[in-house]
Amino acid sequence: MFKSRLSAAPYLLWMGIFIIAPLLLVCYFAFTDASGSFTLANIQGLTAHVDVLLRSLWLAAVATVICLVLGYPVAYILSRAEEGQQRIFLMLCLLPMWMNFLLRTYAWMTLLENNGLINRFFGLFGLGPFEMINTQGAVVLGMVYNYLPFMIMPLYSIMVKIENSTIQAAQDLGANGVQVLFKVVLPLSVPGITSGVIMVFVPAISTFIISKMLGGGSNLLIGDLIELQFLGNAYNPHLGAAMSLVLMIIILLCLGFLNYFGDEDATREAIL
Amino acid sequence: MSQNTIVNLQNIVVNFDGERVLKGIDLAIRDKEFVTLLGPSGCGKTTTLRVIGGFVKPDAGDVYFGEKKITSLPPHKREVNTVFQRYALFPHLNVYENIAFGLRLKRVPDQEVNRRVLEMLELVNLSGFGKRKIEQMSGGQQQRVAIARALVNHPKVLLLDEPLGALDLKLRKEMQNELKRIQKSLEITFVYVTHDQEEALTMSDTVVVMKEGVIQQIGTPQDIYNEPVNSFVADFIGESNIIGGIMREDFVVEIEGTAFDCVDKGFSKNEEVEVVIRPEDLIISPANHGFITGMVESVTFKGVHYEIIVDVDGFKWMVHTIKNQQVGEHVGLVVSADDIHVMKKGQEVQAHV
Repeated sequence: MFKSRLSAAPYLLWMGIFIIAPLLLVCYFAFTDASGSFTLANIQGLTAHVDVLLRSLWLAAVATVICLVLGYPVAYILSRAEEGQQRIFLMLCLLPMWMNFLLRTYAWMTLLENNGLINRFFGLFGLGPFEMINTQGAVVLGMVYNYLPFMIMPLYSIMVKIENSTIQAAQDLGANGVQVLFKVVLPLSVPGITSGVIMVFVPAISTFIISKMLGGGSNLLIGDLIELQFLGNAYNPHLGAAMSLVLMIIILLCLGFLNYFGDEDATREAIL
Repeated sequence: MSQNTIVNLQNIVVNFDGERVLKGIDLAIRDKEFVTLLGPSGCGKTTTLRVIGGFVKPDAGDVYFGEKKITSLPPHKREVNTVFQRYALFPHLNVYENIAFGLRLKRVPDQEVNRRVLEMLELVNLSGFGKRKIEQMSGGQQQRVAIARALVNHPKVLLLDEPLGALDLKLRKEMQNELKRIQKSLEITFVYVTHDQEEALTMSDTVVVMKEGVIQQIGTPQDIYNEPVNSFVADFIGESNIIGGIMREDFVVEIEGTAFDCVDKGFSKNEEVEVVIRPEDLIISPANHGFITGMVESVTFKGVHYEIIVDVDGFKWMVHTIKNQQVGEHVGLVVSADDIHVMKKGQEVQAHV
């Protein structure tokens, strides 16, 4: 018993320094003013930014739904493919993630700009230029592009466990393709759906790079706002801490709600 | 096609990855019959079943259901149901909803669903288990659920793919009797796949013995056991002594230099043949009182009987008897004429496509 506790010490130390202490600091800053005395002013100050919070929730939700709609068929086809093909396609899904997140998002900037590749292409036909960059659509696109693999992986890891014979049994009992999907595959992949939704929604709602690079100044998200409080002109770590706290609570509530149906294994497998 | 043929396979050919696994299967299955496809693994028996179920589309040949050609009909439109090898139950549904699955798809009214599901639960001795989750059921119980789930749809033909393979011996015997009882009481056709020859003999009306994608013999269990057409069938169905012989004339076969009376005729004079003698048909007599004499090489206790190996000039005869013998003892062997089965040599059925 003593030994196992001793070997856990480095982790406890790590958790103490990098998780517990920062959390306590966030709480401390959120409920104090510049002079260090207790105040609720920071929390009350959030009411001025409700629109940003709602926009973050909305865009993250839209991106999550699109990821689910795009990722579900991909994961299903992947899970039914032959083993050799599965490995190749999984690789293709994960390949973009080997490149730096910032670089990939920069690439989208050059594509979407008013004199970017896409508009120049349309220009050949006398069309456009279309305003694509600095819109909410561009932000959602960036989220979907960056987080789609996080949807596909947990879905795939659950679906690959559904045996072909289970699907054939449904066909044998009279189910056509659509009925097989809704009566067997969908119910059996619920744990993968919840894990995928969590893994896309959480980073999407707290992102600030994507909105900054693709959304311009007018589509600030809660993540941008927090960044501004610490690194920007609006320097106010107390307000920033309060925002972080509220965001954390929102995420925890979402997680708790989804975990109620979720399968922890799938989330863990996908992360690893 | 005879009047009561319900499933008819005509010259079915199936290739997997460039390998021919069914080499021209012709098989007519009669209505209300218990047919068993029997053979070692890789003989194509499961593939044949899947062709009937619609999960494998033949590369050549046709499948008829009654008078109707169903070769390219998808599984969900066929009037057959399958009991899968490892049950393939739906883990997200309870026992009741698993059985009701097919009825719900056909939008059968709730009341009738309820009546038919309860009837099925009773048929497979699972009354009161409807609310259970699948994972709470034992292997044998899951097997019964799988059977009920298929039968509730009143299929004309039930396909069973080694359904008892995962059960222990005692449970398997119980289920064999139960399946036979169900088949008789519902009066439907069962097509049953197994590699267990005893299971095939116990349950079937007709046994189809297959090897490497070719049907070797079709017949009643008695036919298959007593009159195997070739040494493969003889060897696969039960224990047997298979030995080369020479047909001296009608009703006389010479084995290892000794002439035996037999009941077979119609071979050409001095034709080389293969002779099958079942171990239980050999009788041990005092030395010099048998047709041939040899030495007891080993004695193994098998429960009901002893398995005794008798060495006669190098050929090891297997004898099943209830009387113990001493190893090293000299004994004679006696066999009656109608227990000697003479087969043409090299009679193995080959592919004709």
